[in-house]
Amino acid sequence: MLILGRRLARTAPRPAALLQGLPYLPWVWAGAGFVALLGTAVLGVLVGPVHIGLGTVVQALVAPIPWFHAAAVDPGQASILWSLRIPRVVLGAIVGGMLAIAGAAYQGVFRNPLADPYLLGAAAGANLGATLAIAFAPGSTLIGVNVVPLAGFAGAGLAVAGAYALGQTVTGLRNTTGLILAGVAIAAFFNAVQTYIQQAQTSNIRQVYSWILGRLVTAGWDGVLLVLPYVVLSVAVIVLHRRLLDALSVGDDEVTSLGISARRVRLIVVVAATLGTAAVVAIAGTIAFVGIIIPHTVRLLVGRSYRVVIPLSVLFGAAFLMLADTAARTVAAPAELPIGVITAFVGAPFFIVVMRSTRAAAL
Amino acid sequence: MRKHHIGLAGIAAIGIVASACGATTSSVSSTPSAHFPVTITESTGATVTITKQPHRIVSLSPTATEMLFAIGAGSQVVAVDDQSNYPASAPMTKLSGFQPNIEAIAAYTPDLVVASDDTAGLVHGIGALNIPILIEPAAKNMSDSYQQIEQLGAATGHGADAGSLEKKMRSDLASIVASLPKPAKPLKVYHELDDTYYSATSATFIGQVYALLGLKNIADGATAAAPDYPQLSAEYIVSSSPDLIVLADTRCCHQDISTVSARPGWRSIAAVRSGQVIGVDDDVASRWGPRVVDFLRAIAPHVKQLEAQAA
Repeated sequence: MLILGRRLARTAPRPAALLQGLPYLPWVWAGAGFVALLGTAVLGVLVGPVHIGLGTVVQALVAPIPWFHAAAVDPGQASILWSLRIPRVVLGAIVGGMLAIAGAAYQGVFRNPLADPYLLGAAAGANLGATLAIAFAPGSTLIGVNVVPLAGFAGAGLAVAGAYALGQTVTGLRNTTGLILAGVAIAAFFNAVQTYIQQAQTSNIRQVYSWILGRLVTAGWDGVLLVLPYVVLSVAVIVLHRRLLDALSVGDDEVTSLGISARRVRLIVVVAATLGTAAVVAIAGTIAFVGIIIPHTVRLLVGRSYRVVIPLSVLFGAAFLMLADTAARTVAAPAELPIGVITAFVGAPFFIVVMRSTRAAAL
Repeated sequence: MRKHHIGLAGIAAIGIVASACGATTSSVSSTPSAHFPVTITESTGATVTITKQPHRIVSLSPTATEMLFAIGAGSQVVAVDDQSNYPASAPMTKLSGFQPNIEAIAAYTPDLVVASDDTAGLVHGIGALNIPILIEPAAKNMSDSYQQIEQLGAATGHGADAGSLEKKMRSDLASIVASLPKPAKPLKVYHELDDTYYSATSATFIGQVYALLGLKNIADGATAAAPDYPQLSAEYIVSSSPDLIVLADTRCCHQDISTVSARPGWRSIAAVRSGQVIGVDDDVASRWGPRVVDFLRAIAPHVKQLEAQAA
């Protein structure tokens, strides 16, 4: 691994032009990532459609600590903080971090800068699964869990498995190209079926619509607990494979020379990224753009090495989505804006600014 | 000559009903009661001329279907769209009012088409076949609703029945409203359209119905973002603590008092604590037809109870 790291240090492209004068400081950016994460989390907890004073927030936060005798907090405000606002901030962080790391992982596996967590049909599959559940099994539960996110999860998994199986059978194309094309075909097919069902079930159209645009509105601790195991597993697997993703970005031979099958690395990372993506899509809907802009922004800041891009994507992705959700909750308060609209509306111009100011050929 | 005679009889019938002040609809429903051709001016200003009394009506609007049957024009209706599930005797087909298929509609050889929206070139397409088409869009208030009933009455030759239905609705609503005490502080209501907290403001028909009852609609706080149907923040709903929650998502999303009280943080809401969470039929709550009276009848006892407690 040490040898691999040194070899990659030689081959890894230089960081962005603007930053070339600066020392290559991933730890500084890691620190900045933690500050961003903490800052956006604090902002997310402090700001909301209901005004809760800083003092009340602090009191409500320390109140559950048994040996700390804080002043009594208004139970209504404490309930809003603990049952509604904090779980939503936490879920935002989990979803953002997961989508960003999955995006980075897909980009590494497919050596394709446009790859995102939905590349192999995860979003289309999740949307179809959820639409089917909304249309044909409304309100049903499976072992106490609403069937809609479960169907979304199953749909996402099925779509990616289908794309993978189909991609493996393609010969005559480069391995990853066949896979991507299979994913595009599966996504188009699933989208068509989903649209057809949606048109035929017009009475459920608003539910389908709010599913597709994101569902952090109804976030609670149950949602956090539902996705957490998958996300932890997925993030752990991807983080453990970050060096192999660096090797993969050089070429399949680079991985093979380590005595490891490039195909196996690809499969493991794709399965891990899909598992996490399916879980967050199932609970939060298909939030656009996070999986593309966050990894690329991180690359522009710290260079292309996945050793750094992978963990930093988690931090910045989490921070970005918490910020976007804070905007979704407050800009039109007491009404909500769809979070997917915010991520794309803010994310796209922000990304263009980053791209232009660094004048990088890092993509 | 003959036509003229029928016309006079019709006018006489209207006179009788008007003087009887809300006579039952059945007594006049078989009487042809209007001059044809009639010209109807829609709310958009467009005019529709119907040359003779229609006997093959296609309705693509669930509300219009309810109105047509309520004014005794049901026997003239040959097909209704896939959402027109009331009354049960309505001839429901696979026709869609959302994605209307002109050819499929024309296959019923209608002599009048009624719809709530001009989607997918519906008016142009039906107009090209020289079939009169009447658009009766979502009402904004009761007077829109009454006007649509009058228009459908005129268009189908049931003007008198329409008049008496309107009179009946007006008197029913008035007596429900009159039965409620006037509280010093208006009760707060949250009307839920689905389980992601979409609601309806006072700018909508259902919002106007709550205004009739003297209720304060919490969705009105969000009109700046979305004047009609805003998606409310859970935080806002909880902190507003409405006295009354009306669930118009009992069918679509299977919501009831138990699912609502299981939502994180919702148990602190006044309506949840006092059990004033009312499930209503999604369809009744989303249409602007005669069944609005049933809706009010379902809500009024809860309002009465709450106001008695507050007094």
